[in-house]
Amino acid sequence: MTETLLSFEDALAQFDPAMGLEVHVELNTNTKMFCGCPTEFGAEPNTQVCPTCLGLPGSMPVVNRTAVESAIRIGLALNCQIAEWCRFARKNYFYPDMPKNFQTSQYDEPIAFDGWTEVEVDGETFRIEIERAHMEEDTGKSTHVGTTGRIHGADYSLVDYNRAGIPLIEIVTKPITGTREQAPAVARAYVAALRDILLGLGVSDVRMEQGSLRCDVNLSLAPAGSGTLGTRTETKNVNSLRSVERAARYEISRQAALLAAGSTVTQETRHWHEDTGVTTSGREKSDAEDYRYFPEPDLVPVAPSREWVEELRAALPEPPREKRARLQAEWGYSDLEMRDVVAAGAIPQIEETIAAGTTAQAARKWWMSELARRANEQGVELAELPVTPAQVAAIQALVDAGEINDKLARQVFDGVLAGEGSPEEVVKARGLAVVSDEGALSEAVDRAIAANPDVAEKIRDGKVAAAGALIGAVMKDMRGQADAGRVRELILEKLA
Amino acid sequence: MPDITRDEVRHLADLARIELDDAELDHLAPQLSVILESIASIADVAAADIPPTSHALPLTNVFRDDVVEPCLTAEQALAGAPAVEDQRFSVPRILGDEQ
Repeated sequence: MTETLLSFEDALAQFDPAMGLEVHVELNTNTKMFCGCPTEFGAEPNTQVCPTCLGLPGSMPVVNRTAVESAIRIGLALNCQIAEWCRFARKNYFYPDMPKNFQTSQYDEPIAFDGWTEVEVDGETFRIEIERAHMEEDTGKSTHVGTTGRIHGADYSLVDYNRAGIPLIEIVTKPITGTREQAPAVARAYVAALRDILLGLGVSDVRMEQGSLRCDVNLSLAPAGSGTLGTRTETKNVNSLRSVERAARYEISRQAALLAAGSTVTQETRHWHEDTGVTTSGREKSDAEDYRYFPEPDLVPVAPSREWVEELRAALPEPPREKRARLQAEWGYSDLEMRDVVAAGAIPQIEETIAAGTTAQAARKWWMSELARRANEQGVELAELPVTPAQVAAIQALVDAGEINDKLARQVFDGVLAGEGSPEEVVKARGLAVVSDEGALSEAVDRAIAANPDVAEKIRDGKVAAAGALIGAVMKDMRGQADAGRVRELILEKLA
Repeated sequence: MPDITRDEVRHLADLARIELDDAELDHLAPQLSVILESIASIADVAAADIPPTSHALPLTNVFRDDVVEPCLTAEQALAGAPAVEDQRFSVPRILGDEQ
């Protein structure tokens, strides 16, 4: 069924969007939330399970201290209050992704609450209020067997419980209003900011494509300027930054079309389809929301001491936004340059390259042009290229020492990326060093002058700009292995 | 207070996937009311100096270190499963219950 859509512009002319974003983060602890099973991604099915995470009779859960610590650190990084005392609760439902028939979660006593963070879109800062961040456990992975591969129309399902019990933190925002046409971009920027914060904390792999960071987008529309909240839909499992933006945009257009036609929005779960860029109706929320939460009797309350909380607060890393502002000032990059560096995820590489002795401009030049182009061609992230910041710094040091020039440096990168060894080894093995033999260079200049008498004449007449043609000829003669500056000096000396 | 209605029992039965016919609902609703009343009487005994609790022991912060412990083999894990395919638990098709 194709939904009627209102154009994004028309939708915004009539309605104000409000969003609530729920992000699930899988922690990167060694073991699960309540048992000692490992949490490796991609293990053979049902090989990382035990009686506790399989919900077998008599098994008892015990809370992972590191997971609680990560939860507190996430809460602190999001400027939250940390509960002095809180409990786990059972969320009861019948669905085979949890063999216990309940998920251990937190209900009305989250470990962290009342926080905020800020995101920037097109130079405008938006403050996002955080309602809560609570601890829970991930569910098993179901594969639906049947003609469609989806739940509907499946004949039966196969379940792998390796993921069941992996620590999850669910981070929920308060309604985000007043973002108008920037709503989809703000949603994306928020998830991106959260990813950066989590990465900085080192508490999660934050790989959206592997599901270690997942976003549910709640969205509603209200008549423009009314200041009210409309009926919301919850679009589940939006698993890329781009999709977060697209899903929000789609729901705005879809709900606006319904409301503009005098119809109503049904409060329901919706599914995001990455391939077609649309959401479709899932179940209606009303009755199914009855999870009969009650305090988990098998676990005692978590009451983090204020000393522990303050210790963790003191050890928090510098927040990503502040760090960026500091680095930009230190490195002297323009806003545009910094934005490109951030978008390419090149901050750690550039930071380390500079730490290894390279100037900020040179570090940016290699990572953002030469290496970004190669990463792009290979469809990988910069960090995945087989070249280290130390090697980039070594190559620039060779340039600075006059042993190679920029053009030869590119060939050194070829060699390093091809696994031919260190920059120095590549220079030696490929014979890339700049010819510093003045005699050979002088002879090449003489040859170039002889071959281009008209150009030489112009230079003799004072048209120094013409030297470029002779430099080019000499560089070609020397197969690029000459210092262009020295070549220029020689030409001008000889033709003075 | 604790008078559980027939509709509430029906709703609970739905949530618990228990099929109850009208006669059973008529029979069970009053019984459940009695049970609830009995439990509610505890509230009469508990004075203000007795805080509500969800756990029998007055403990907090029982944690374990984040150290991997041996788990079951897939064979052991699946030994009790009624049906297995591709080293996974095979379950009847799921409709209308997705999370």
